[in-house]
Amino acid sequence: MRGAKSAKWVTGAIIVALAATACGGGKSDGAGDAKGAVDPNGIFSIELGEPEKPLYTGDTMESNGSAVMAGLFSTLVDYKADGSLEMINAESVTTTDSKTWTVKLKPGWTFHDGTPVTAKSYVDAWNWNANVKNAMGLSSWFADIKGFEKLSPEGEGAKPTADKLDGLKVVDENTFTIELAKAVPYFGHKLAYIVFAPLPEAFYKDTKAAGQKPIGNGPYKFKSWDHKKQIEIVRYDDYKGPNKAKNGGVVFKNYTTLEAAYEDLKSGNVDVLRQLAPKDLPVYRQDLGDRAVDQAYSAIQTVAVAFYADQWSKPKQVDPKVIQGLSMAIDRATITKTVLQGTREPATGWVAKGVLGYQPNAVDVTKFDPAKAKELIKAGGGVPGNKISIQFNADGGHKEWVDAVCNSITQSTGVACTGDGKPDFQADLQARKNKQVKSFYRSGWVLDYPVNANFISDLFRTGAAGNQGGFSNKELDAKIAKADSAPTLEESVKEFQAIEKDLVNYMPSIPLWYYKVNAGYSEKVSGVAYGQDGDPILTGVEVHK
Amino acid sequence: MGRYVARRLLQMIPVFFGTTLLIFLMVYSLPGDPVAGLFGDKGASPATIAEIRHKLGLDQPILKQYWDYISGIVFHFDFGTQIRNDRPVTEVLGDAFPVTIQLAALAFAFELVFGLTLGIVAGLRAGRMADNAILIFTLLIISIPVFVLGFLIKMVFAFQLGWIEPNVSNDQLLSEMIAPAIVLGGLSLAYVARLTRTSMAENLRADYMRTAVAKGLPKRRIIGVHLMRNSMIPVVTFLGTDIGALMGGAVVTEGIFNVKGVGGLIYESITRREGSTLVGLVTVLVVVYLITSLLIDLLYAVLDPRIRYA
Repeated sequence: MRGAKSAKWVTGAIIVALAATACGGGKSDGAGDAKGAVDPNGIFSIELGEPEKPLYTGDTMESNGSAVMAGLFSTLVDYKADGSLEMINAESVTTTDSKTWTVKLKPGWTFHDGTPVTAKSYVDAWNWNANVKNAMGLSSWFADIKGFEKLSPEGEGAKPTADKLDGLKVVDENTFTIELAKAVPYFGHKLAYIVFAPLPEAFYKDTKAAGQKPIGNGPYKFKSWDHKKQIEIVRYDDYKGPNKAKNGGVVFKNYTTLEAAYEDLKSGNVDVLRQLAPKDLPVYRQDLGDRAVDQAYSAIQTVAVAFYADQWSKPKQVDPKVIQGLSMAIDRATITKTVLQGTREPATGWVAKGVLGYQPNAVDVTKFDPAKAKELIKAGGGVPGNKISIQFNADGGHKEWVDAVCNSITQSTGVACTGDGKPDFQADLQARKNKQVKSFYRSGWVLDYPVNANFISDLFRTGAAGNQGGFSNKELDAKIAKADSAPTLEESVKEFQAIEKDLVNYMPSIPLWYYKVNAGYSEKVSGVAYGQDGDPILTGVEVHK
Repeated sequence: MGRYVARRLLQMIPVFFGTTLLIFLMVYSLPGDPVAGLFGDKGASPATIAEIRHKLGLDQPILKQYWDYISGIVFHFDFGTQIRNDRPVTEVLGDAFPVTIQLAALAFAFELVFGLTLGIVAGLRAGRMADNAILIFTLLIISIPVFVLGFLIKMVFAFQLGWIEPNVSNDQLLSEMIAPAIVLGGLSLAYVARLTRTSMAENLRADYMRTAVAKGLPKRRIIGVHLMRNSMIPVVTFLGTDIGALMGGAVVTEGIFNVKGVGGLIYESITRREGSTLVGLVTVLVVVYLITSLLIDLLYAVLDPRIRYA
């Protein structure tokens, strides 16, 4: 009995303690304005997990590695917040037919080891990254370029028959041409991706070492990597690009948990965070005041349909009206506000915000309307078995919202809905790959390049890598193919906008919400902004004395 | 004695192979492919995946993989490389173990000193005020989950009083390890105290104790030698197995205090299906368990002269 009482007392103490810190945090906000002068050589620190792989331009596909690589390498172009292009290492990227592209480089650029950045640095790097022998995870990015199938033949175990992409030609020191297999109007936007960065001669001499100590051409040069502890990069003073660093360097610090990182932010041991743990979301705005960040970025969460599942394919393909109905049965506004604590924004289409061609309120099947939902499901012949399930990975914090979505569907339509939790992401992916998903599965997509095609063509085309639900429709494929080969970027974007509106008639997935960056930074830094991929923009951060 | 030790050491060999094979097969049979896991939602071309699998030797039959792996360890002390980042596993283990050993040693010292002291005090005063107080205190520690304890300590000492930094920094100073060590050792401390208390209270009533008192031995000798030596056997057993648990089972504590040790590495290796890392970790932990249990068995003979080894 005494034990029980003590326990209650302890809980009380925790609540009091929490309240006390919340107040303390609130008061200190005023002091945040009194900052010292900007120190151009100041070094700031940022929370970052251990990159999963060595730092190769062709193999960095998760956010931890990308954040470091974004500092070390500059690509030909970059995109601005409205989705338009800005020239970085390129003087110009031009095309007349979207099939042959001419790239002119800004002269005088050098790698961090002092060797010049030339057209050859680009062409060789792309050839190396594309070659299946080097097993780079991002090699399929070169599939647009003529001759890719020779370097990376289809099928398991096939050997490459060439080691150079036919489509790449060096014209002179600072010029090269890219010939694509077919016209790709948005190819210029793809060039902003890290896989298209150049590599110095030194890279090929010892590729293994290069993955540990990358030599780039970006605003920062590599200093050290103490595995699972920290990575340090420092400003490269000979950098010629428009995005020169306003600080002296960056230390990427590794934390075991986001909670620990947040505590360190409050105690001044780390300057910039990229994300917050659910525990801190309710309090971070009070704690940080105007240093709290709450900003949308270009990523979307959907619930995709496993079209191969018996439920949807037998005896006949499911009527899209049923999926439309299920979509309208989800109360996105309430779920994002309550369960997700304002960290997401209800989606109104399949294309995320901040992408070229994003159209607000593209479709209305994302509106919450229980009456219409019931009507649509009935019109479509009802949900087979009157029950659905949503597969998710239980290690990603998805359970709460999956349950909420399920409740919402059951309450509005009477369709039984359960979460089908797989223990972790690996098991979840395995089930998707082996086509074992029984009904729906959770699916997320972060932009690769800021054009709406990325959210449509790469997800819903028959056989696209992101199309894991077995969705296939000849009519839609034809429309996508047409938009993909439009003569100009504008026309392509417009056609994809029409396709997005048209997707309601196919319902390959149910859009749920857009992601937001919920993060914060310390009093020591200012000018902290987050890019469309949700990562902080390193070069713009100013450090105060 | 020498023969006994030799026999025990020889027994370790089949145990070593058995456990590593079991863990290897378990990792292998977990659903999920580590290579496909590298690509996530975006997927990858089958040719690239096949090439990566080939480079890592994952396309070989499972027993061949096991043989390659074990022969690497036995002949070259090479634990293979990690799937995700190409780092040699030996290096990964070399990063994780020192800090874990530091943490475990501190926690062990903490539970040994405070657990034994509390246990002895309670045991000698069984049924009285001090005994009851210690009983309640240990009950409280046992009933509070580790993460609550960690959270409380951070809240009070780091944020309210400002005595310590909330997290272990990258320098991993010994002074920063004290808080996590207390949290980690807290639970075992309670068990040690209770085991010591019970065992002592029981032995106080034993015949040989009465004989010792009747012989007129000084009190210090009765308690220090006759009582303590016999009462320590269950405690030593517990302490021995606890060393391994402190090293491998500190996942939660390590997470809370930002310690990049073995616990977190085990967790990460499981979620990423890093077979080679996981087996390497477990192998080292198995060896630790085997050696400590041998030491404990030898200690029994020191503690209780009636035990003899053939």
